[in-house]
Amino acid sequence: MIEFHLDTRSGVAPYLQIVQQVRRALKLGLLREGDQLPTVKEVVGRIAINPNTVLKAYRELEHDGLVAARPGVGTFVTRTLSDPSLAAHGPLRQDLGRWLDKARRAGLDDESIEALFRDTFRSAREEGVA
Amino acid sequence: MSAVIDAQGLGKRYGRKWALTDCTIEIPAGHVVGLVGPNGAGKSTLLNLAVGLLAPTAGTIEVLGDEPAGSPEGLGRVGFVAQDTPTYSGLSVADHLRLGAHLNPTWDQGAAESRIDQLGLDPDQKAGKLSGGQRAQLALTLAVAKRPELLILDEPVASLDPLARREFLQILMETVAEQEVSVVLSSHLVADLERVCDYLVVLVASRVQIAGPVDDLLAEHRRLIGARRDTDALPANQEVIESSHTERQSTFLIRTTDPIFDPAWTVEEVGLEDLVLGYMGQAASAARNERSTLRLHS
Amino acid sequence: MIWLTWRQFRTQAAVVIGGLAVVAIVLALTGPHLVSIADGYLKVCRVDKDCGVTNNPVLTTDPRLEGALNVLVILLPALIGIFWGAPLIARELETGTYRLSWTQSVTRTRWLAVKVGVVGLASVVVAALFSLMVTWWSSPIDRANLDQFGPTFGQRDLAPIGYTAFAFAVGVTAGVLIRRTLPAMAVTLVAFVAAREALTFGLRPHLLPPEHVVSAITSVNQIGFNLSPSGLQVVGTTPNLPNAWVISTDFVSASGQTPTAQFLKSACPKLLNAPPGGGPSGGGPPPAFRECAAKIGARFHEVVTYQPANRYWAFQGIETAIFIAVALLLVGLSFWWVRHRLS
Repeated sequence: MIEFHLDTRSGVAPYLQIVQQVRRALKLGLLREGDQLPTVKEVVGRIAINPNTVLKAYRELEHDGLVAARPGVGTFVTRTLSDPSLAAHGPLRQDLGRWLDKARRAGLDDESIEALFRDTFRSAREEGVA
Repeated sequence: MSAVIDAQGLGKRYGRKWALTDCTIEIPAGHVVGLVGPNGAGKSTLLNLAVGLLAPTAGTIEVLGDEPAGSPEGLGRVGFVAQDTPTYSGLSVADHLRLGAHLNPTWDQGAAESRIDQLGLDPDQKAGKLSGGQRAQLALTLAVAKRPELLILDEPVASLDPLARREFLQILMETVAEQEVSVVLSSHLVADLERVCDYLVVLVASRVQIAGPVDDLLAEHRRLIGARRDTDALPANQEVIESSHTERQSTFLIRTTDPIFDPAWTVEEVGLEDLVLGYMGQAASAARNERSTLRLHS
Repeated sequence: MIWLTWRQFRTQAAVVIGGLAVVAIVLALTGPHLVSIADGYLKVCRVDKDCGVTNNPVLTTDPRLEGALNVLVILLPALIGIFWGAPLIARELETGTYRLSWTQSVTRTRWLAVKVGVVGLASVVVAALFSLMVTWWSSPIDRANLDQFGPTFGQRDLAPIGYTAFAFAVGVTAGVLIRRTLPAMAVTLVAFVAAREALTFGLRPHLLPPEHVVSAITSVNQIGFNLSPSGLQVVGTTPNLPNAWVISTDFVSASGQTPTAQFLKSACPKLLNAPPGGGPSGGGPPPAFRECAAKIGARFHEVVTYQPANRYWAFQGIETAIFIAVALLLVGLSFWWVRHRLS
């Protein structure tokens, strides 16, 4: 059974954090098809958050087709997100490491690296949409 | 959805001081409502008015459609935990449950007992010997076991250590998840409320500053940072809550439902704590202006 | 609500009931003895035809217990008012526990009604039982004393019940108004004592119009002499009215005046130098006293103001009714205050 945690300072809305944690677990294979998600009561009993937050997160996951709610029984995983690209993670991680070395040697500090990455990421995504 | 608490022009005066002024608010059902504001803002007054422990000096208040504490049935539909969670120090935990059973026709003894069990409380222990957190849990159990439609909690975690505070909120949220109950709880710490509340009422200096669903409030408020500019220079659809200026820079906390087009601004989302602080600041400067106006005219 | 009231009350109740039981046992053990002594004396003195008050052995059998009982009966109403009445509401207001009780499914009014009803009833029952026990045990002594309407009036029969109900009501009301236990207890004590004094000395003599007996001064035994720094004073001695309440014995002239110091100086000059003391001594009154008495008797007659013995029960009833009526008023005030002003 997956356990959720809330990062109050991440700036990410709580319900989104739950969604992301479920998706991550699915990707990493920690959650498999047929597994049951913790009940709303269980979740809020562990991390004291509003039950509506959990409901909202589960609804979004259901909307994405990842889980299905069975009334009276619980919410179950219907699909995995096992990443076929999991294999590519290794080399990509290495590429990234090398890029980071380059950036540091050029004199960029943590903040500039992050800003540069975010900016590029955003514009690349926008280009992708447009 | 009908309102659990409906106040119109509600006011309460002690001697010459108004503890609550012109409070008009309709709190919808089905939410966990946070009532936040600094100490002395009037939160306790509002909640005590809602449960009938105080009578209004001005205006009206209806709770679940009825006069507060208007009838035994009405009393049974509202669970209340007062500030400092009063309990009878000479009565044991089990005695308190018996108290609840005798005084409430809708009492669920099984649920109360299993909750006491879950909390690990010794039924024979006198309430005076319990820790602050345990007393708060006992008080919450008493309020919840009569299966109310509305739970009103007056600063229930104010004097608790972080662990007790967390445990209290966990139990409270479990209750909300399994029963159909609306909750109104007050605190002077926004952090307590941020996790659990989906509706917020900000009370500062005896007046309601703002009220609404948390998601809406966060969506409607933005922080604008940019070159020094006058407050009046902002468009009319952007209500300025708080402003601060340096020589070159201005920062505004605004409320608006329209998108912000001006590229000269850096637009940031506002966290709940900053939002509340902004309204507290606004109320403080309004009070200062009022005092200086009075001085001018007297 | 009855359960809660009893649960909060049970220790205080146990103490008093325990005390009452102890007293009951002591009285049960000693009471019959008194009766037998009194009966024994009656048999003997009727034969000798010298039945009197002063040589009745029942009066000296157990004076300490008798005194203790009288003190207890005087104290009981005050104790109930202070320890059962004052904290009843004050404690809840002071500690804030009313915020728990008033948000259960009972209204304030019902909460107050049950508390006052249960503890008030207990107070009245305790007072009634105690008064019954003391009255029963003291009856041989009281019959011998022939002073039923006298100083023991407030410690017998109905009177303690009225006092207790009143003290309880004062305690509850003080607690409601003052909202703090210790000050409420103090105020209860003061108010209760003041009310008792006021009624005993101010009102009781006038509850029913007193009767008068007018008689000539024929014997020096009717006059008590008293020499004080301000001169010679005369007082009437207690007339023989068994079980009646003698309010005063005055010497009154035809025009309604009492003997002045000047008159006494001129009428009884020899007594001004006599040693101080009461009336006649063993061997018969000295001539100076007889002369003085004759002079006084020529001008003044004796007026005894009293309540006849057969009014004893009427007075018990009226006084008790007054206290109970005031108690009910106070309780009504408490209800009104809790309902409308405690917010």
